[in-house]
Amino acid sequence: MELATLVEKALAGNRRALSRLVTVVETGDALAQRALAQVFPHTGKAHIVGVTGAPGTGKSTLVNQLALHWRQAGRTVAIVAVDPTSPFSGGAILGDRIRMQALGGDPGCYIRSMASRGSLGGLARATGDAIKVLDAAGYDVIIVETVGAGQAEVEITREAHTVIVVEIPGMGDDIQAIKAGILEIADVFVVNKADREGVERTVRQLRMMLHLGAGEHRDGWEPPIVQTVASSGLHIAEAAAAVEQHLAHLQHNNLLRQRESQRLEREWNTILREQALAALHARVPAAEWQQLLQQMLERQIDPYAAAARVLDQVFQPSDIDVV
Amino acid sequence: MQHERPIRVLVAKPGLDGHDRGAKVIARALRDAGMEVIYTGLQQTPQMIVEAALQEDVDCIGLSILSGAHMTLLPKIHQLLVEQEGEDILVIAGGIISDADAAELKNNHGIAAVFGPGASTHDIIDFIRAQVRPTTVEG
Repeated sequence: MELATLVEKALAGNRRALSRLVTVVETGDALAQRALAQVFPHTGKAHIVGVTGAPGTGKSTLVNQLALHWRQAGRTVAIVAVDPTSPFSGGAILGDRIRMQALGGDPGCYIRSMASRGSLGGLARATGDAIKVLDAAGYDVIIVETVGAGQAEVEITREAHTVIVVEIPGMGDDIQAIKAGILEIADVFVVNKADREGVERTVRQLRMMLHLGAGEHRDGWEPPIVQTVASSGLHIAEAAAAVEQHLAHLQHNNLLRQRESQRLEREWNTILREQALAALHARVPAAEWQQLLQQMLERQIDPYAAAARVLDQVFQPSDIDVV
Repeated sequence: MQHERPIRVLVAKPGLDGHDRGAKVIARALRDAGMEVIYTGLQQTPQMIVEAALQEDVDCIGLSILSGAHMTLLPKIHQLLVEQEGEDILVIAGGIISDADAAELKNNHGIAAVFGPGASTHDIIDFIRAQVRPTTVEG
């Protein structure tokens, strides 16, 4: 099929074409770049909601309930669910759909599983591009579920407008709650499985952490803490309302555009970095890379100096002000 | 233009039987063979299976069925795939299926292969690798 036809059909609502287009951008090759060029002008309309948290906290179940809630409110929902790729075989088991059966058969909801394919930040390399395709296809809300995350998988902040961090009772003490990392990125905290013992303590620790940081909250927004039981649907409406209030806060304070600008700048820089490196590899002979590597192994040259040798061959020395 | 990506397989259990050990063994073996396996759990209707396969843009659907309802459910899945432009997806089945039924499914209902008890996971993996038709988009 022709790429232009595929994009046209996907944006017109043909699901088979949409699925195929996600596959195309997922490969990240030259064809993917041409596809994204056609998709990009249509993006920027969806509310992108990230859901992250440790494995087993109930992320998929929560995503399922939030999607049902927004569907009942008449909004269309797309879900991108990321699960890890095996570092050994390159294969993956993508099991997030198991918790999303209730969304089956609904033409206003689209679910796509993605394997992380070697990325370590909680998302796949192409998750951002898959989001663009779904945004362009007109979904009102795009929910992105990360790989079960530990402390440092914070890439979701680069893609989502609103990040939900899911906690459950009984995980870690109050020092865990003041560590840097995943707890800092929350726009909304959901304490799931709130029918379990110890929920008050978990909420208290999160509240304490938030109060320690009072006055320094990102974007002047103090993350609310919502207690849910996603398996039964308890307090899902409150969680959804907190997410909507966060979006309203961003819009009201002109922060959405600011976040989008930061996001695009980071994405652009990432692409520049990758392509500049590829260009260097193309222009400096492979034998020379090997020779420099050998010299580093022998401790005859350090990595900064080796980088300068490569750069000097491609740019005029006066072009670069290397630190 | 063709581009490489891992083979994507939907492993699904149509119908009402509650035994998914076999399906899980297959899912794990395919994973270890470098494939991306979307596992959807028990008690899937043909509609749910076809919808998931199309949304996930899989190359292959592996159906595990032990309930005896295969002559109803598998042709229905094939019919839905044809209706929704998904007939290029390779469909294979495993479980308790008689030779006569297997022949009928292969000849008339779009099931490419039937793997019975005792089939080796290597045979299944080799079959999938040999038979999937790669995604092609030109541009």
